[in-house]
Amino acid sequence: METKGIVIAGVGGQGSLLASKLLGKVLVNEGYDIKVSEVHGMSQRGGSVITYVRYGDKVYSPVVQSGEADFLISFERIEAARYAHLLKIGGIIITNTQRIDPMPVITGAAEYPEAILDELTAKGVQIEAMDALTLAEQAGSAKAVNIVLMGQLAKHFHIDYDKWISAIEQTVKPKFVELNKKAFELGYNFGK
Amino acid sequence: MKELMIGNAAVARGLYEAGVEVISSYPGTPSTEITEFAATYDDIYCEWAPNEKVAMEAAFGASLRGVRAACAMKHVGLNVAADPLFTLSYTGVTGGLVVCVADDPGMHSSQNEQDSRHYAIGAKVPMLEPADSAECKAFAKLAFEISEQFDTPCLLRMCTRIAHAQSVVETGERIVPEKKPYEKNPQKFIMAPANAIRRHPFVEERMRKLTEYAETAEINRLEMGGTDIGIITSGACYQYCKEVFGDSVSILKLGMVNPLPVQKIKELASKVKKLYVVEELDGVIESHCRNIGVDVIGKELFTPLGEFSQKSIAAAFGLAPKETITADTAIPVRPPVMCSGCPHRGMFYVLSKNKITVLGDIGCYTLGSAAPLTALDSTLCMGASISGLHGYNKAAGGEAEDKTVCVIGDSTFMHSGMTGLANIAYNGSNSTVIILDNSITGMTGHQQNPTTGFNIKGDPATKINLEDLCHALGIGRVRVVDPYNLEETEKAVKEELAVHEPSVIISRRPCVLLKYVKPKKPVMVDPDKCRSCKRCMKLGCPSIRMKDGKANIDTTLCVGCGVCEELCPFDAIGHEEPTMAELPPASCVQQ
Repeated sequence: METKGIVIAGVGGQGSLLASKLLGKVLVNEGYDIKVSEVHGMSQRGGSVITYVRYGDKVYSPVVQSGEADFLISFERIEAARYAHLLKIGGIIITNTQRIDPMPVITGAAEYPEAILDELTAKGVQIEAMDALTLAEQAGSAKAVNIVLMGQLAKHFHIDYDKWISAIEQTVKPKFVELNKKAFELGYNFGK
Repeated sequence: MKELMIGNAAVARGLYEAGVEVISSYPGTPSTEITEFAATYDDIYCEWAPNEKVAMEAAFGASLRGVRAACAMKHVGLNVAADPLFTLSYTGVTGGLVVCVADDPGMHSSQNEQDSRHYAIGAKVPMLEPADSAECKAFAKLAFEISEQFDTPCLLRMCTRIAHAQSVVETGERIVPEKKPYEKNPQKFIMAPANAIRRHPFVEERMRKLTEYAETAEINRLEMGGTDIGIITSGACYQYCKEVFGDSVSILKLGMVNPLPVQKIKELASKVKKLYVVEELDGVIESHCRNIGVDVIGKELFTPLGEFSQKSIAAAFGLAPKETITADTAIPVRPPVMCSGCPHRGMFYVLSKNKITVLGDIGCYTLGSAAPLTALDSTLCMGASISGLHGYNKAAGGEAEDKTVCVIGDSTFMHSGMTGLANIAYNGSNSTVIILDNSITGMTGHQQNPTTGFNIKGDPATKINLEDLCHALGIGRVRVVDPYNLEETEKAVKEELAVHEPSVIISRRPCVLLKYVKPKKPVMVDPDKCRSCKRCMKLGCPSIRMKDGKANIDTTLCVGCGVCEELCPFDAIGHEEPTMAELPPASCVQQ
């Protein structure tokens, strides 16, 4: 099997590490070779944060580069656009519709490009946009945006629902298992 | 058991399985998790030392006493620990001693991108470089064997993409070697000239033996494929090369990057038409090849700047880029920022408002340099704020003393600020030092330090009192302020700048991300009171923005620190929603 690439993009503090941990767990349990590249340190302080996941029979590089991603999961609208070039032709963006203003927008030095997703759609990029924040709040915490989006992603995989749930149980702290299962379910059933 | 681990966790697992008994480190991205994961094994004694030099010397002491010991640090940390390293090369070890050092090509979280391999060459010690998590574990164990077999400290070089990349690791058992009896051995361990002179030939002979080892070591692996192109590489670059070429080229994959083999390189050179060296940062392997008369293509094709990837390597070889789609509209950058409620913000606002020159240091507070606060004038290395301020004031000869300060964090102050402060007291500069005490090592992800009262396991520990310490270092004027209280903070800064003696202001408020710091209710803006003066925007708080011409607070981010509330001249910001009585009558509201 050819190596597949998934990119998780967000704003520091939104929980991209947990999303990649869950994805990693599921894919390891499925027997794939896998590499996950994370970012720690300075960029976590509210900066643009990106995580790469690659899996297949044999994975060498831990990073996804331009034109290599099958999926781009984004926790924020313009972060989806920032990393859209990483997608293969035919790759899919799954994004939260939440807007989080970066500092240059807050200070008025730059404009927030409101219509950026429409522009990408017009160029032929397949985008699955959802208000993951509201679903996360329904599940019990705004912090569960990451897992809601994982639920949406899971629909594209031929992996049993129960296997995702057991990976959640293996990944998150016991007291947050129910919350995250609920968030995953809301993401998984979104649009159905 | 097979587990997915980041490289740093795999190094920690390797240290554990190798039977390490003592680990002393100072946190630094991307090395921090090595020691954090090691501390989860109860069989290993782990600690955060005040700095890397102390850490390496503690590891030396443990080795001297006959157990396997290790320390971990980031690349610039090895600058701090370079002093013990160079002479440890002469003494050698008793129990195995491994120094893990993590480089940061691309500077994800560093002030430079120096190449640690120069230290291995300079100190004449072996250095291993893993290329994935499985190798991280295996090489950590092998490093101890090499350390003990060749009587040397052994460096284990990591880089960001190995340290923070997860891949599959097969775990094994922990085997603890028998503790060696302590024997006094002055000729080996007292590096006074008479002894050191005799140890230097040992070091040179050891390098000769290590070079022999490099020729036959399994970790220096020749993977023969197509013979048009040969590549010599190591670490993450090996993975990128395999990604681009698979088995279509021949690769010499070096697991040991110092000393480098000679025959193995010549063997590959003799079998391929063109030989390339693919290495991030400096042309270390390339220089070696040229020294041994092997013609290679290196830095003329592969930049010394930043990180590589399969994309950059493919491009260097002239391969076409992959097809992709991009947006035409410019996307605003999203740089890291100080968090909502960050206690540093109040102090930086005061310094910025009063147009004070600020010598900065290494930590989260480096973010105070960003707009709109733009409060910093310099950032060099750990501790340089205090020592630099002293020199600045001496050179300014009195004119700058009333408008120049330095800022340094609590952990950074313990790391290398104390000696600078002693210099201010001893050599008498009229300097104002601000210690930003957020009661944790922040930027690296909340590690304890000697001022927090807790050790690496979170157990209570001796808490060093910063006020007492500053007094003991010879500073008469030491005062504490709460940076959430802007009035008090501004008063303290002005007063301490005005006095004609050295002084310390401790700006104390725990990091807002600490678990025990409970966020308060978010504040809100009363749009009718807001006159759009944008004074609150000068704080650079990610929770405050302008919406429909009025200040507006993102209540999902705001932690209710109240600094903007203090600042608002029109009393428009507060914790309560405006009551009906305060709202203008409906008839007055413009439709």
